[in-house]
Amino acid sequence: MRLLRAGRWITAIALLLLAGVYVRALVYTPVERLQGLAQKIYYLHVPAAIWAETAMIIVGIASIFYLFLKDPRLDRFAHASAEVGTVFAVLMLTTGPIWGKPIWGTWWSWDARLTLALFLFLLYVGYLLLRSAVADPASRARFAAVLGICGMVLVPFVHFSVYMFRTLHPMPIVLKPSEPSLPGRTTSSTTSLTSFCSGVTISRWIDSGSGMISTLRRRLHLLGLVAHLVDPSDHVKGLLRQLVVLSFQDLFE
Amino acid sequence: MPSSSSLRHACAVASKDLLVEFRSRTGILSAVVFVVLVLMVFNFGRDPTAVSNLVLAPSILWVTFTFAAILALNRAFQLELENQALDGLLLAPIGRGSIYLGKLVANLVFVATVEVIGVPLVALFFNVEVWPHIGPLAAIITLATLGFVAVGTLFSAMTVRTRFAELLLPVVLLPFMILPLMWATLATTSVLADRPLSEIGGSLKMLAGYDIVFVVVSLLLFPATVNE
Repeated sequence: MRLLRAGRWITAIALLLLAGVYVRALVYTPVERLQGLAQKIYYLHVPAAIWAETAMIIVGIASIFYLFLKDPRLDRFAHASAEVGTVFAVLMLTTGPIWGKPIWGTWWSWDARLTLALFLFLLYVGYLLLRSAVADPASRARFAAVLGICGMVLVPFVHFSVYMFRTLHPMPIVLKPSEPSLPGRTTSSTTSLTSFCSGVTISRWIDSGSGMISTLRRRLHLLGLVAHLVDPSDHVKGLLRQLVVLSFQDLFE
Repeated sequence: MPSSSSLRHACAVASKDLLVEFRSRTGILSAVVFVVLVLMVFNFGRDPTAVSNLVLAPSILWVTFTFAAILALNRAFQLELENQALDGLLLAPIGRGSIYLGKLVANLVFVATVEVIGVPLVALFFNVEVWPHIGPLAAIITLATLGFVAVGTLFSAMTVRTRFAELLLPVVLLPFMILPLMWATLATTSVLADRPLSEIGGSLKMLAGYDIVFVVVSLLLFPATVNE
């Protein structure tokens, strides 16, 4: 439970930092000469995009370790990171069109970068769907790990294949083969740092929060103790859920 | 590292699968009929005056191959589910890598058969010149097919043992197929349009890189999908 508390604290601090960054971005940075206020969305869009890709890499690394160590905590960490990645991918995919409408004159264009961003999102959806489609926790963890590692391997292909296509999207300014061309002092440090904080904390938080409690429950379930230890309202809910499931099964059989 | 004996085992697994397929022929026949039907549907769904055949043909070719490959991949491990054949295969004294390689080869033969029939059909239905470009086209098709069948074989080993198996495979696999498909479609377009061969170098390199990476990764990860 100490981890849970730490996760909550880090999340709170990261949220404060985020608020500070956005006040700074909105009030204290100069308005871009050509794009006007629309450019401000970069402060959200770029870190979200970086984190959408990075979270997949974290999923992959946690999955590799899972396959070696078979520690269920690693599997849950990968799961949490995938959920965070999904959220950031959604952020990236919603802030992009909001910027695209005034600047490009269209919400969406089927160029390589946008398409691949969408497929990154679908990769996360596939990962989460695969997890939900396997009932046995051990096979679920193994299957998810395999998919997670493949996803991690796919990310560099996605990131660098955009150089092969003529694209409408501004070229990456932070994660590119040569040096980053964003002036370090202005934005990159703050935005990436805060997104780092929020990303890691949210994942840790979900991991420790839902993960630990559910493992405890599962273990107690195995021991047949759960009915005595959970609080009465939960017990009633569980019974009701079982009743609903059973009646559905009756309907379809 | 695949030694000669593990390669021999892989050949045995592949020939077993292909023999099963050859005896019944339902899988391959339905895949071919499916390809013909998809091509016909495309033919009705387009406006021949608006988009030229040359622009449309590469996309149609690859969309058709995608569908056909997913059909084939779903079948690969479905075969093993009947009578717990997979357990028998896993109990056999051969490496997991050999099982994967065998399945991969069988799938490749299956998909290649469909493609060998599909390419002339596209040439016929969409009136594009394929024969003069057959060399580069074969290279593109081989490289792209190897890449996505390698990933697909790995994934189908997992998805057959989930709920909604037939539905889940495309959902999980398509994000991985989209990159080789993009490169292959780009390269096919420039080959069919008679543009210089140097233009497709980049795509071929990316396809080759993708193949190497994903064949190795799948070979390493396959044991995790079947070991209990």
